[in-house]
Amino acid sequence: MVNVLKFYPKKCKGCLECEKACSNVHFKTFDGKEKSAIRITKTEKGYQMHVCDQRGLCLDMCPVGALTRGKNGAVLLNVKTCIGCQACVGFCPIGAMRKNDIRIEPFKCISCGACVRACPEHALELMEKSLDAIKQVVYHKLGA
Amino acid sequence: MVEGQITITDYQTGNTKHNWDLQKLKKGHKILTKYTYKKGEINRGYANRTLYVNLSTNTIKEKPVTNDMKKKFTGGRGFGLKLLWDEIQPTTRWDSEENELVITTGPLCGNTQYPGSGKSICLSISPSTNIICDCNVGGFFGSYLKFAGFDALEIQGKATKDVVLIVDDEAGEIRIETAPHEETNSHHLNEQLTHLYASEDSEKARQKISVISAGKGAEHSYWGCLNFSFWDIRRKVARMKQAGRGGLGTVFRDKKIKAIVAKVKHFDGISNHPADPKKLADVGIKLHREIRDLDRYQCNMRTVGTGHLVEIMDQYDLLPTENYRFGSFPKASKIYSPKFYEHFTKIIPDGCWHGCTMACSKTVDGFTIKTGPYKGENVTVDGPEYETIGAGSNMSLWDPEWILEFNFYCDTYGIDTISTGTAIAFYMEMYEYGILNKERCNGLELCFGNADAVLEFMHQLAQGNSSEFITIAGKGTRRVKDWLITNGWGDPALINEAGMESKGLEFSEYVTKESLAMQGGYGLTLKGPQHDEAWLIFMDMVNNAIPTFEDKAEALHYFPMWRTWFGLNGLCKLPWNDVEPINNAQTDEPSKVPEHVQNYVDIQNAMTGWNVDKNELILQSERCYNWQRSMNVWLGRGQRKDDWIPYRSMGPVTEMEYISRKERYDKKLHENLGIKKKDLEHKTVREKLELLYIYRREQYEKLTDAVYYRRGWTPNGIPTPQKMKALGFTDKKMLTILQKKIDSDEKAGLNAWGGTYKKGESPPTKTKKYWEHW
Ligand code: SF4
Ligand code: SF4
Ligand code: SF4
Repeated sequence: MVNVLKFYPKKCKGCLECEKACSNVHFKTFDGKEKSAIRITKTEKGYQMHVCDQRGLCLDMCPVGALTRGKNGAVLLNVKTCIGCQACVGFCPIGAMRKNDIRIEPFKCISCGACVRACPEHALELMEKSLDAIKQVVYHKLGA
Repeated sequence: MVEGQITITDYQTGNTKHNWDLQKLKKGHKILTKYTYKKGEINRGYANRTLYVNLSTNTIKEKPVTNDMKKKFTGGRGFGLKLLWDEIQPTTRWDSEENELVITTGPLCGNTQYPGSGKSICLSISPSTNIICDCNVGGFFGSYLKFAGFDALEIQGKATKDVVLIVDDEAGEIRIETAPHEETNSHHLNEQLTHLYASEDSEKARQKISVISAGKGAEHSYWGCLNFSFWDIRRKVARMKQAGRGGLGTVFRDKKIKAIVAKVKHFDGISNHPADPKKLADVGIKLHREIRDLDRYQCNMRTVGTGHLVEIMDQYDLLPTENYRFGSFPKASKIYSPKFYEHFTKIIPDGCWHGCTMACSKTVDGFTIKTGPYKGENVTVDGPEYETIGAGSNMSLWDPEWILEFNFYCDTYGIDTISTGTAIAFYMEMYEYGILNKERCNGLELCFGNADAVLEFMHQLAQGNSSEFITIAGKGTRRVKDWLITNGWGDPALINEAGMESKGLEFSEYVTKESLAMQGGYGLTLKGPQHDEAWLIFMDMVNNAIPTFEDKAEALHYFPMWRTWFGLNGLCKLPWNDVEPINNAQTDEPSKVPEHVQNYVDIQNAMTGWNVDKNELILQSERCYNWQRSMNVWLGRGQRKDDWIPYRSMGPVTEMEYISRKERYDKKLHENLGIKKKDLEHKTVREKLELLYIYRREQYEKLTDAVYYRRGWTPNGIPTPQKMKALGFTDKKMLTILQKKIDSDEKAGLNAWGGTYKKGESPPTKTKKYWEHW
């Protein structure tokens, strides 16, 4: 099983408390924005969430084994093991593995639920999904 | 294993597991010398020191890297040239006491963000050519050497018994130890030493070790290669990449080096302390994305590596078969990349250094060996790459599994697949003509396609078989040519023109008959006929983009300089043009891949804090390229006669070759020589062969003229002091050597163009001693 964030756009008011809580998890600051693994943007169609869906394609990209699945099934990045190659950043199909100028090692959503707890509108939820339903493997076929 | 997302600990290769008695191995080691050092700061890509080791005297010392050295030689191969220049003599030969094996890194080596940034460059005087040979090789060693505090490692002298040299960053020590009990062949030795020197029993600790080794084949031939290991935490195998060409593994074993080990204490994404890490990451991510989106539609490097070339080469009549007699073969589809794809292990980050998402380093795991000393063992085969498959087709061997076995034994015995394959293909052709036979080949029936005989030959070679044939054959094509001719066994012209070597080095695996520019790409080179200086076949033959001598000369200036640049920086060439931006074809110079050139400008600046542009990159190369050529002159070579190539690389040597492509050659005689089609019908094949021979030899001389002129050399191919000064060299010793050589060439009448120019044609210039007017 794996925990994945689910977003209810209609409930969201765009306060970005989630981003602030997230950046605190990763970088001990409430700056949010580029330092947050979850991003909320306003579009014509309303609010949109951009975050890792834990499909784990990057797991097979890491040359040093810095990426693993945690107990909650989420893909975790071990900063001490990571050698900053950015392979995971470059190959993430949805751009959810992020790089901030603060450090060379990337960061991503770890399904910790800090944003869920921070959201005053209950617009976020951690959902349990089956790994097989979401798992994706990096492209490896011969020919286009 | 196609499922993916298998945790590292659970991953299985199916390889035979070994329980080495590490205690016993360790007890056998006696420390001969120990040198303690304090690592300096690695700053903007440079450790600013090199390491010197003398195995005869057991001396170890550090040398400073000066700013002047960086300015003139940049790093990597450039540093190697400088270090050799300071230590060897013009009389130095491959097995001389003072010959060195130099392993260098380069300012971008060890960077993890930009694909292809982990190459080491090895240099030495080669047994095949007796001039400088340089090899660009992957694996972790170069990066670890730098992170341990050294931009280069220089090894002089010879040990009396087998030794291991350890660069131990963790202990802050360099040690020379005896190593009597370890295996010599690489696949076992690398694994043993990785386990032996790892700080703890974990994949992580083993990944911090990189071993350089050769093997038994390197001891008994001139084809010795160096295997650079990179521990794979998933396969749990010491995988390896080869510094293949020119017999550097032979020099290694001649020095009685069993292995060189680097052990790194810690490193991360910014261990090079780049001036602008943000820029490095940005440019790196951009290329990762390009590879992610485009590789599958372009070269398929991530799935089959360079093997994708086999089908393309076969299709264009460029895949060497039967010793380059032909460029395609009906059976060739048996060794197209899909056949190897079936065997390759999938979904593993197969870069030969961290962060290379081009990931061309494929393996076949759990492969069962069928012959020789490792028969029955299940192993990982690193490769095969295009050249190794091409070596197979050159010997007319079309079984993928056989090619895997050939690949495995070449690697573990420490011999180069290219030289071995090309040379054996030549022996096979000689066998077909009766110039060689079973008796002369130590009982081996070395005819085209005899798979068992090739492996048997390799096993005998590695065992040190002392029969005349095995001893001479292992020294390669050049020596075998001399042997056949001296014995009067065949027509010397046939032997010389069919044996594919130049300067003493075997050709790599491309048929160049229909591309004059590519003939120059092989012949007008520094170390010998290797395609790493220029690959112009498509540009020249398929797209006809460089029609005149001047155009070809420009290409044979630009591309060798450009490709030299990778080796100055510790980079791999493949991510430059084996993936191209989607709009590349619309740029003004698609063959240069302008956007990627700019990437390289950006990453060199981001690493070093310099502010160079693309022209400066070419200048960096031009300095080193000319310096290496000048050193070859100093060593008594590096002139027009040394840039000779056999006619097999230019056109049909035998009637059979002519007949097999009759239409093409008749057309060429008609178009190029103006012979009427009617008249051609009355000529014999032999006559037509001769006409084509004279014409194509002449074309090559004219090309040589144009290239030398473009490169700023004399008509005899000597870099001029004027050119060297313009490049910033003030070294009196070198300038005098060149001037003296030019003066003596003048007396010998060698400062004259090689081509014969008819009415309406002209040499590059009519000014005598044109260089004096610069
Ligand atoms: S950046 Fe770090 S986590 Fe991502 S693939 Fe590279 S080493 Fe692994
Ligand atoms: S905290 Fe909740 S309401 Fe605020 S932006 Fe995030 S999801 Fe929307
Ligand atoms: S492209 Fe291939 S050879 Fe070059 S660095 Fe990457 S994996 Fe190594």
